[in-house]
Amino acid sequence: MEILVCVKRVPDTAENEIEVNRSGSDIERDDLVYSVNEWDNYAVEEAILIRDKVGGSVTVITVGDDESEEVLRREMAMGADNGLLLCDDAFEGADGKGIATLLKAAVEKGKYDLILTGAQADDGAAQVGGMLAAMLDYPYAALVNKIEVAGDKLKVGREIEGGNQEMNEIQLPCVLSIQTGINEPRYVGIRGIRKVASLEIPQYGAADLGVDAATVVASGAKVKRLDYFVPEMGEGAEMLEGSTEEIIAKLIELLKAKGGLK
Amino acid sequence: MADIYAYITHKDGVAEDSALELVTAAKKIDAGAPVIAIVTGSGGEINSVADAVAASYSRVLKFDHEALAYPNAEVVRKLLVNILPADAIVLIANDTFGMDLGPGLSIKLDSTFVADVVDIEGVDGNLLKVVRQEYSGMVSTHVTADISSGAVVNLRPGALAPDESQSAAGAVEDRSADVGDLTVKRTFLEVVEAEVGDVDITKSDVLISVGRGIEDEENIEIAQELADAMGAVVSCSRPIVDAKWLEKSRQVGTSGQTVKPKVYMACGISGSFQHMGGIKGAPFIVAINKNVKAPIFQMADVGIEADILEFLPELTEAINKS
Repeated sequence: MEILVCVKRVPDTAENEIEVNRSGSDIERDDLVYSVNEWDNYAVEEAILIRDKVGGSVTVITVGDDESEEVLRREMAMGADNGLLLCDDAFEGADGKGIATLLKAAVEKGKYDLILTGAQADDGAAQVGGMLAAMLDYPYAALVNKIEVAGDKLKVGREIEGGNQEMNEIQLPCVLSIQTGINEPRYVGIRGIRKVASLEIPQYGAADLGVDAATVVASGAKVKRLDYFVPEMGEGAEMLEGSTEEIIAKLIELLKAKGGLK
Repeated sequence: MADIYAYITHKDGVAEDSALELVTAAKKIDAGAPVIAIVTGSGGEINSVADAVAASYSRVLKFDHEALAYPNAEVVRKLLVNILPADAIVLIANDTFGMDLGPGLSIKLDSTFVADVVDIEGVDGNLLKVVRQEYSGMVSTHVTADISSGAVVNLRPGALAPDESQSAAGAVEDRSADVGDLTVKRTFLEVVEAEVGDVDITKSDVLISVGRGIEDEENIEIAQELADAMGAVVSCSRPIVDAKWLEKSRQVGTSGQTVKPKVYMACGISGSFQHMGGIKGAPFIVAINKNVKAPIFQMADVGIEADILEFLPELTEAINKS
């Protein structure tokens, strides 16, 4: 099985407090720690597990700059066979549809049976996988938390409301968006990353992909972000202040009043 | 402006709450536009859904076909492409079905996709202005979308108040003959119900709920000791289940259990909307988190800025002494 996994380099929300910059034009990017999007890590692990079972190869792809190459290398250290970087100044400011357009062009330069994405990334849009599938006219399933290979088909489970799982049979080639928890992504140490440090990662620009840059750059984007802000959401919580002993005394009193403590 | 359509999600013959939230959304886009409900399914149960939403929609288009018996997003997408005008504005709840349906639908209709919208500010010319969230709800953004050639707008369930005016009195039209070709390459097999765990968190009045802030599997014990002292039960947010530190049946959220406790102690939980969506009945929420910017502090009644690994044992000790 030839598997392509689409990944993204994002600010790590577990490591950073995300704040809006002074003008509201962007988040504060100084001193941000970046990593691979959490959902994508599960997608890469799942691809590796499938390859190890049925053979084939795993290629990781991203749209980004030179720094995004680190993310590809990290996923190659996990066990992906190849990396592919879609990199061009013209790609900056592309919206979700623009990113899907670039990925489609890259897919058509190769031959893949299965394309995986993370279910969502930092912007929470959860859109690129579904768009890519529709552009390729491949079947799609979102929020996948189980995959079994069955010949030229897959049996996939989708996470739905209430902790239930919707089972589907889907024909290959297809696109799946992967939900966290589907597996336990393996740990990658510094040594693993060193091992793949010298591997060649090809880069494709707009001309290599044969896409009209004007359709994917910011000016072609139909969806545009105007600003970032922190909404005022009513009063918010009453913060308990003071020494730990004082806070605990107040909290116990409140818990007793609200039925949390007898 | 183009006509506004809303896809109605329903279960067991009853429309989801989102059906009326989509009416609110439509009015925020264009207060005067007719809003057309689309109800798909198979057999008698869709009649009750169609009749119920007719009070709130100008028209209700009903599609009864055996291929639509279960809402397989691939099939529904094909149906919508067959029946919708290309410039339609389509509203869909951003639930697990809407996430499966929406992005691809926008490509097939060659229209603009507007993802996970939490509020709509209005339309200016061809531009729809909405509010979205990024970075797990830590920041919000204003976004414009060019809807001149139509749009698919996915709305976060629960973000907008339902429109309960029931002022439309629309007619139900049976359009089953128009479904067209519904052949797809994905077949629905079955729904596997969630496993019942050792503890039923939905039955507990007091939940000690742990999130990423617990940091390590062995620290779960700190929460369990507090729960024992309070006569409470330990629940958790999604990352704890993903890490396999607690069973899926302990997870609170839209993809886990819906709970209705009296008191909810969110310990090291940031407060994503998926998590908060699983908490009903307006409990007294105590948030304990070392990140004072965590969204949970906007939703909690009482907040404590502290590292739960230090705070919880002290609280347990104080309760055991008292």
